[in-house]
Amino acid sequence: MPKRTDLKRILVIGSGPIVIGQACEFDYSGTQACKALKAEGLEVVLVNSNPATIMTDPEIADRTYVEPLTSEILESIIAREKPDAILPTVGGQTALNLAVQLGELGILKKYRVELIGASLDAIKIAEDRLLFRDAMTEIGIATPNSRYVKSMTEAFDAIEPIGFPIIIRPSFTLGGVGGGIAYNIEEFREIAQRGLSLSPVHEVLLEESVIGWKEFELEVMRDRADNFVVICSIENVDPMGVHTGDSITVAPALTLTDREYQRMRDIARRIIRRVGVETGGSNIQFAINPDDGRIVVIEMNPRVSRSSALASKATGFPIAKIAAKLALGYTLDEIPNDITRLTPASFEPTIDYIVVKVPRWAFEKFPRADRTLTTQMKSVGEVMAIGRTFKEAFMKAFRSLELGRGNMLFAKSGGRINATANVEAEDDDSALQRSLAVPNDQRIWSLFRAFERGWALEEIHRLTKIDRWFLTQFQQLVELRTQAMLVGLRGISPDLMRSLKRAGFGDWQIGSMLGADEEAVRAARVEQGLKPAYKRIDTCAAEFESFTPYLYGTYEKECEADPTPRQKVVILGSGPNRIGQGIEFDYCCVHAAFALREDGFETVMINCNPETVSTDYDTVDRLYFEPLSFEDVAAIIAREQEGGGDVSIVVQYGGQTPLNLALPLQRAGIRILGTSPDSIDLAEDRERFSKLLWDLGIPQAPSGTATSPEEAREVALKIGFPLVVRPSYVLGGRAMAIVYDMAALDRYMMTAVQASPERPVLIDKFLEDAVELDVDAVADATGAVVIGGIMEHIEEAGIHSGDSSCVVPPYRVAARHVEQIRDYTRRIARALNVIGLMNTQFAIKEDTIYVLEVNPRASRTVPYLSKATGVPLAKVAARVMVGRTLAQLGLTEDLQVSGVFVKTPVFPFVRFPGVDTILGPEMKSTGEVMGGAQTFGSAFAKAQLAAGVKLPSHGAVFISVSNHDKPAVVQIARDLKGLGFELVATRGTANFLRAHGIDAEIVFKVNEGRPHVGDEILNHRIQLVINTPLGRESFFDDKFVRRTAMMQQVPCITTLTGAAAAVYAIRALNTEGLTVRSLQEYHADLALSHKP
Amino acid sequence: MKAILALENGIWYEGEAAGAPGQTGGEVVFNTSMTGYQEILTDPSYAGQIVTMTAPEVGNYGVANADPESRGTQVAGFIVREESAIASNWRSQGTLRDYLVANNIVAISGIDTRALTRVLRSAGVMRGVIATGDADPSALIDRAQALPSMEGSDLVLGVTCERAFDWEPATSPQDEFAPTAVRRKRRNLRIAAYDYGMKWNILRRFNAYGCDVRVFPATAPASELLTAGPDGVFLSNGPGDPAVLSYAISSATHLIDADVPVFGICLGHQILSLAMGGDTYKLKFGHRGANHPVKELETGKVEITSQNHGFAVDPDSLPKDVKITHLNLYDGTVEGLRHTKQPVFCVQYHPEAAPGPHDADYLFNQFVEEMERRA
Ligand SMILES: Nc1ncnc2c1ncn2[C@@H]1O[C@H](COP(=O)(O)OP(=O)(O)O)[C@@H](O)[C@H]1O
Ligand SMILES: Nc1ncnc2c1ncn2[C@@H]1O[C@H](COP(=O)(O)OP(=O)(O)O)[C@@H](O)[C@H]1O
Ligand SMILES: [Mg+2]
Ligand SMILES: [Mg+2]
Repeated sequence: MPKRTDLKRILVIGSGPIVIGQACEFDYSGTQACKALKAEGLEVVLVNSNPATIMTDPEIADRTYVEPLTSEILESIIAREKPDAILPTVGGQTALNLAVQLGELGILKKYRVELIGASLDAIKIAEDRLLFRDAMTEIGIATPNSRYVKSMTEAFDAIEPIGFPIIIRPSFTLGGVGGGIAYNIEEFREIAQRGLSLSPVHEVLLEESVIGWKEFELEVMRDRADNFVVICSIENVDPMGVHTGDSITVAPALTLTDREYQRMRDIARRIIRRVGVETGGSNIQFAINPDDGRIVVIEMNPRVSRSSALASKATGFPIAKIAAKLALGYTLDEIPNDITRLTPASFEPTIDYIVVKVPRWAFEKFPRADRTLTTQMKSVGEVMAIGRTFKEAFMKAFRSLELGRGNMLFAKSGGRINATANVEAEDDDSALQRSLAVPNDQRIWSLFRAFERGWALEEIHRLTKIDRWFLTQFQQLVELRTQAMLVGLRGISPDLMRSLKRAGFGDWQIGSMLGADEEAVRAARVEQGLKPAYKRIDTCAAEFESFTPYLYGTYEKECEADPTPRQKVVILGSGPNRIGQGIEFDYCCVHAAFALREDGFETVMINCNPETVSTDYDTVDRLYFEPLSFEDVAAIIAREQEGGGDVSIVVQYGGQTPLNLALPLQRAGIRILGTSPDSIDLAEDRERFSKLLWDLGIPQAPSGTATSPEEAREVALKIGFPLVVRPSYVLGGRAMAIVYDMAALDRYMMTAVQASPERPVLIDKFLEDAVELDVDAVADATGAVVIGGIMEHIEEAGIHSGDSSCVVPPYRVAARHVEQIRDYTRRIARALNVIGLMNTQFAIKEDTIYVLEVNPRASRTVPYLSKATGVPLAKVAARVMVGRTLAQLGLTEDLQVSGVFVKTPVFPFVRFPGVDTILGPEMKSTGEVMGGAQTFGSAFAKAQLAAGVKLPSHGAVFISVSNHDKPAVVQIARDLKGLGFELVATRGTANFLRAHGIDAEIVFKVNEGRPHVGDEILNHRIQLVINTPLGRESFFDDKFVRRTAMMQQVPCITTLTGAAAAVYAIRALNTEGLTVRSLQEYHADLALSHKP
Repeated sequence: MKAILALENGIWYEGEAAGAPGQTGGEVVFNTSMTGYQEILTDPSYAGQIVTMTAPEVGNYGVANADPESRGTQVAGFIVREESAIASNWRSQGTLRDYLVANNIVAISGIDTRALTRVLRSAGVMRGVIATGDADPSALIDRAQALPSMEGSDLVLGVTCERAFDWEPATSPQDEFAPTAVRRKRRNLRIAAYDYGMKWNILRRFNAYGCDVRVFPATAPASELLTAGPDGVFLSNGPGDPAVLSYAISSATHLIDADVPVFGICLGHQILSLAMGGDTYKLKFGHRGANHPVKELETGKVEITSQNHGFAVDPDSLPKDVKITHLNLYDGTVEGLRHTKQPVFCVQYHPEAAPGPHDADYLFNQFVEEMERRA
């Protein structure tokens, strides 16, 4: 069937900020979809609140709205753009939920816009678990027995027919937020309560448990001629009960007979027909009873998903791109397969390798969080690895995780295990048993421990329910390790070494098993003539020729890399998403690739994160889906060099990951583009850096370093409290803390970090109540420096730059300070001989400007700044790195913005019951949004709205602040009164306000009696909470207040600076209201338009 | 124990023995199906062939008594990248290794099966030898070159049944995993089937659709099948070169004129084509897998099909009264034919699947309806 001709303009809805359960896989899918639509000659209008995405680059869509994803805002965009249709299937659950709202509010009818990809009914049937179950029953497909309930009383009635354990899942929440497994009445009461309150429709499904069954997923596609194909089957190594997003998964499915597999395929086909997804991709999850093969359907997602991104990367079949074309009316047989060119997309990929995905969690950021894995997703990122066998892929995946010692699944010779897997060799067996029986983020380490202790496979199977086939693979890995340890490095025969490498053991892993260093192992290996070959991912198991160099490494005979003699630039990606190193860095890597490709270089990407745009084979000339370890990177570069043609690498863009490889790679004689590793080290090394600033006469907070508690005390006495303490070489303020006295300092030095001469602890004077700013600049080899923007933080210094909102242009800072900051930035850039990007953080306190830190590399703020200014800074910097000057690129002055742009972070607290929501110097946010407008107030209001914070226009505000903050809260209180709010406060704060002539109603603290503030929040009597963490003092109840507010979706502001900004925003909301504007329009305003 | 695979073009690979000890020779082919190795091992169409699985992990789910496609294994040899040490599946009754040994199939594992596949793809399928233990590669290469080529040799006589028999569903019953077939309320239809190396799942499907099947040896004259007055006649799949099967072709000619519904699959399709006056030719590396897209020209619908053939029908050789009903979307080869005057139709691929998708199961129904219209 040919393409529909009635569609001219399509509105694509993005997925918004990166949150747990919805990460950059939707940028990957959305970007593909937008490109595909544009290539088909359609006019693409895009809305997405997340500026750190490739899809919101101005050239991807015709008009790009970086605006909040709410039905009101979407209506204004629809009214303005009059699209013919909306594509809601590439923006995750967010876009689907919005589409449903637009339908129910009659907005789709009103503006006569059609949904393409999935109809309203299809979305409802798939997403509403009750409708879904009934639809399945109707076509005779089994689902777990379940009941819908809208109240606790209904819930208790449902227990008896279902029986424990009971799965509880709220409808319409993302990644299962608020869901869980209850084994007893207590857990049931708690989880059901939470579920009911978190579900937007206050409904939860109570479901029969099939915990321990095998879990499978099928990624399927259907076109409007009812052609149906399975793109990929995925098997979860962790059985039912652990969210697929938290499970180690493998493609293809490995433990099903053809009969079982085909039955699953037949069911999938009937499901997608019944649900009525006419065009596009869907994800269907199944559970199979390992004892008798009984199969039940768990759910269907009528859209691209995290798993479909994984499936695309695993097979080379671009699901989102094809889905977009199908939505336009094409049929699968009309679309060519990019990789084979000669064959059509109407086929089922077959793969001749094994793909393993392993999640990555961020529990170290939330020490109080419950680490057990359940039906609610908790991981923040993932890695994918490819090998010719499961063992090889599995071991490569763990090498990709970047857990330091945690990459090591085995006990070190001698015994102690790494910190990340805090399962110690001396752990008693019962601890090990518990860790195996109750899924948690460290279970896999426990599993290897158990095999090392010689536990029987059957026993481990009984505890974990993990399929015996996978357990056998793990056992074989442990056996290989034992063999190696028996003979030691010297004694390793060529055969054994070959077996180890073919099983995916890294040189470093072998080394630390055998107490040898990586270099020695590499030498031994090379001596035995063992080096990786590279095979192509071609969708067809070599049945046809592949035209796309999408490669993975393996220890096999034949290498298919065939490198070219062209001049190459290798870009090192940023590995798995984690808090502090996320999509922003992938965005920069992708931009480097785009720019250098345009300039005629052959671009080579190395990365192992399946969610990203950087691992789309369309993004670069050659893609190596490989771990970012020295061994793997060096091998790839060596192979590329064999093609002739000069090879150099970019390490500035992938965050800390490539930076950690910079020096070793340089030592290995590989040319590094841009700022030299030595300059990078100069900026990272406190002593050297302080000296540099001293010579430049630029102030820095008094600081010192300590390699022991004693040294720390000395430094403290020298500079005085309060202090900021942290380990060196970290990103995202890892393990960073503010200490106010010796006791706290000692505690930190003893427990929080293991200080050592090569990894000293950095100690700075804490600049209290200082204004913090972020500056991104580009410098070239001639010493020219262009400042991309000066971003003023809303929250004061002390809140991690990644966790505070910021605004460009600055709104409070004096002009002379801004000028001085420009001057400092230029001088620092020149002093460091920066070639490329540089990020600097400043703090202004009492008229002095201090440098907090300098990162001569891409930063988290580059994408946001690029969107605000319309200048793709990362592209500019990439060109500078290969020798162009800023002048040649037409950049002679610092960049401007038209309007005001606010960036606001989003946090995962809602997923971690019991974790406090206050902010500090350790980064906790997972993503960000941007709000643009003509005034600060509106821009901030938009950013808040986009981040899910609905600021009230009237009602009551609860205020409770530390003594330190009391004076400053007065003005805020007065303004709120002025805006017509009632004030409610705890006694201390209330009295203080009254003393300043502002009357405030007194409310009990939680421990003072009832009704206390918590009750008032639950009774919807309070619309806004201003509660600053009580610094040195700590009232045990304020965490409770903050969490209650969050659960009730009552905005809770934890800094006065944030509160002051909120006042601006509320005023703006009440006076200006919110209007929408596309990036292209903002950029057109800029008088001088820079051409990169 | 080590093992060697040597090809007639001089390339050889060293790996591990993964089945019975000894030496075996045959035409080396690759199959891209990711599941169903047991069905493949037992498919008589693979007689005389050494099969390489492109899927790297093989044997994971073991072998099940319900899954064979014939009385025993049929391949000449088997090649895998990684052999599973255990069998993990509730349906499994043993490991792949034990099965291969018990059926005396020589197999090799641990070789670069992707490299091998690329060789076969670019140079075309070729003869090869697997030998376990210490063997001299060059001797094996000579042996490979000495093997008879598949073109021109009759492999059907080796796999067809000795005498006619009625298919007993109990031999290998329909399983719960198969698609549900519309059972006929009227009397069971009677099919006379030529066994050129018939896969059992064809019989299971006919049975599911309410047909009784009497199976005849490939050499039985058409008259013998027709005497019983069957509602329809079926020509099965089978191994090797169709062009040399003169006896089968001539019986097919009779059947076409007999004005009885005739249905053919794979080799059966090739034989019918030859009987209708068409020609067949050898494909460079054949079609073997479970993911080939086939378009039904009438409806324009695409089926994902199970395939296993090394020869194909030349479309230009076909007479007027034969119309092409199905085409392969990979390479445009003929996948289905229908006689415009006689109730005769046939497909090159495998609607019975096993292994593979069930998309083409409707063809059995089509045949049944054809028969009912006249019964
Ligand atoms: N009935 C059940 N019994 C046991 N585990 C279940 C059940 N239903 C779901 N799960 C587990 O919870 C996870 C999330 O459930 P799912 O329906 O996929 O929600 P989501 O929309 O968050 O993906 C699944 O991956 C599965 O492991
Ligand atoms: N001397 C200081 N005084 C006040 N706040 C500080 C100081 N040093 C760091 N901070 C705060 O800690 C945050 C993280 O510190 P930073 O050096 O940026 O670490 P990272 O490398 O993780 O970004 C900064 O954003 C700032 O808010
Ligand atoms: Mg799911
Ligand atoms: Mg879902």
